[in-house]
Amino acid sequence: MKVTVDDGKCCAAGTCVMLAPEVFDQREGDGIVILLDAAPSEELHDVVRECVQVCPAGAIQVSEDA
Amino acid sequence: MSTPAGVLVVGASAAGLSTAEALRRKGFQGSVTVLGAEPHQPYDRPPLSKQVLSGTWEPDRALLRQPDQLAALDAEFILGDPAVSLDAAARTVHTASGRVLRADAVVLATGLRPRTFTGQDTLAGVHVLRTLDDAQALRAELMTASRVVVVGDGVLGTEIAATARTIGLPVTLAGPQQAPLESQFGPLMARQLAALHTDRGVGLRLGAAVTGLAEHNGHVTGVRLATGEILPADVVVVAFGSAPATDWLAGSGLKIDNGVVCDSTCRAADGIYAVGDVARWHHHGLDTLLRLENRTNATEQAAHVAAAILGDRRPYTPVPYFWTDQFDIKIQAYGMPSADAEVTVVEGDLAQGRFVARYRRNGTTTGVLGWRMPKQTRLRRQEVVDAFQDSLSGGTP
Repeated sequence: MKVTVDDGKCCAAGTCVMLAPEVFDQREGDGIVILLDAAPSEELHDVVRECVQVCPAGAIQVSEDA
Repeated sequence: MSTPAGVLVVGASAAGLSTAEALRRKGFQGSVTVLGAEPHQPYDRPPLSKQVLSGTWEPDRALLRQPDQLAALDAEFILGDPAVSLDAAARTVHTASGRVLRADAVVLATGLRPRTFTGQDTLAGVHVLRTLDDAQALRAELMTASRVVVVGDGVLGTEIAATARTIGLPVTLAGPQQAPLESQFGPLMARQLAALHTDRGVGLRLGAAVTGLAEHNGHVTGVRLATGEILPADVVVVAFGSAPATDWLAGSGLKIDNGVVCDSTCRAADGIYAVGDVARWHHHGLDTLLRLENRTNATEQAAHVAAAILGDRRPYTPVPYFWTDQFDIKIQAYGMPSADAEVTVVEGDLAQGRFVARYRRNGTTTGVLGWRMPKQTRLRRQEVVDAFQDSLSGGTP
């Protein structure tokens, strides 16, 4: 799985950080998403897929075949 | 209740799409139909008053999903065909084009309709902002506008005023409160917001009710205040509230009262659920009927309802989250910060324009609100969660 984030869409809600702190963090100043792990290990795939769907800005994408 | 063979979701915006996605995520293999009133693929509304209106984004960027993601959902999307009636007992929906759709479970996600002045539809230069089409129509008129008045001192009105000002237009914001969002977040925040708008050049004409529109030859010429004053404008945006889109549910057999009234699990009747802006459910922790008009609730409530449809029915007791972006300022809140709360700045500094404020009532934290401190605000969310849990364990199970 390959994760990408669109920081131009991110609204700094931090939903992804609360769900998957191993994969996402927020910048100190403006709260915009920081991708910590673009290729998370398999046990994190389900929660990352959930992050994609619950991100209130649609700012996270995954490609499964990478 | 056994797992339904099929689910019909009425509404194809954030709450409706999220319901379909959550059903699949939780393993539902039956049929899913999503019925939408608008012709567009599901899109996101928060950017409409900001990036789409300013032109920073092409409208396509507001789409919630790419075509391949929608295809992977294996759901049938019926778009551009509004629901016109529901028979709750038969779980049957009739649409404007004459379709008749029946399902074992029906999810109501029809959102809001803007409030308007009587007769404004026939007047050129007057806009509302709820849909993508609204945003594009308003943007087109802003391109040639010379003076804009935004009617409405709430979240949407202030966001629109900020965007119109950012693209260089003379803007006046009108509304009955002493300062924007005062009834929602109290005087401290409201004064801060008023100062921001004034600094950036928005004219605030607050503290006076707006009674109607002035016009000449079918075109709006201004906004009338209760004081008798007229604020001149060639473009007027009416953003003074909205109502749950429930007119189509008259005669459905459901209880409608400021939304679709639901039990604590968001169920309105046997096999009928409501999600998002339209749903008014009993929040056990707060022990009140609650209806939330915020973006994250649409997704969170949708996941909850999807679980309920699949047999896992539990009370829905979210800690609400709200954000607004105005100019370059991000404002975020967790919980229920209210005007009657005691407000203390717990991090940062008002004067420096970066702070987190804690809202307390009767010695209990009810919310936190951050101004240009998103991460720090989120890190204080737990305090609200703990207070909500305490009230939950003290309330009815």
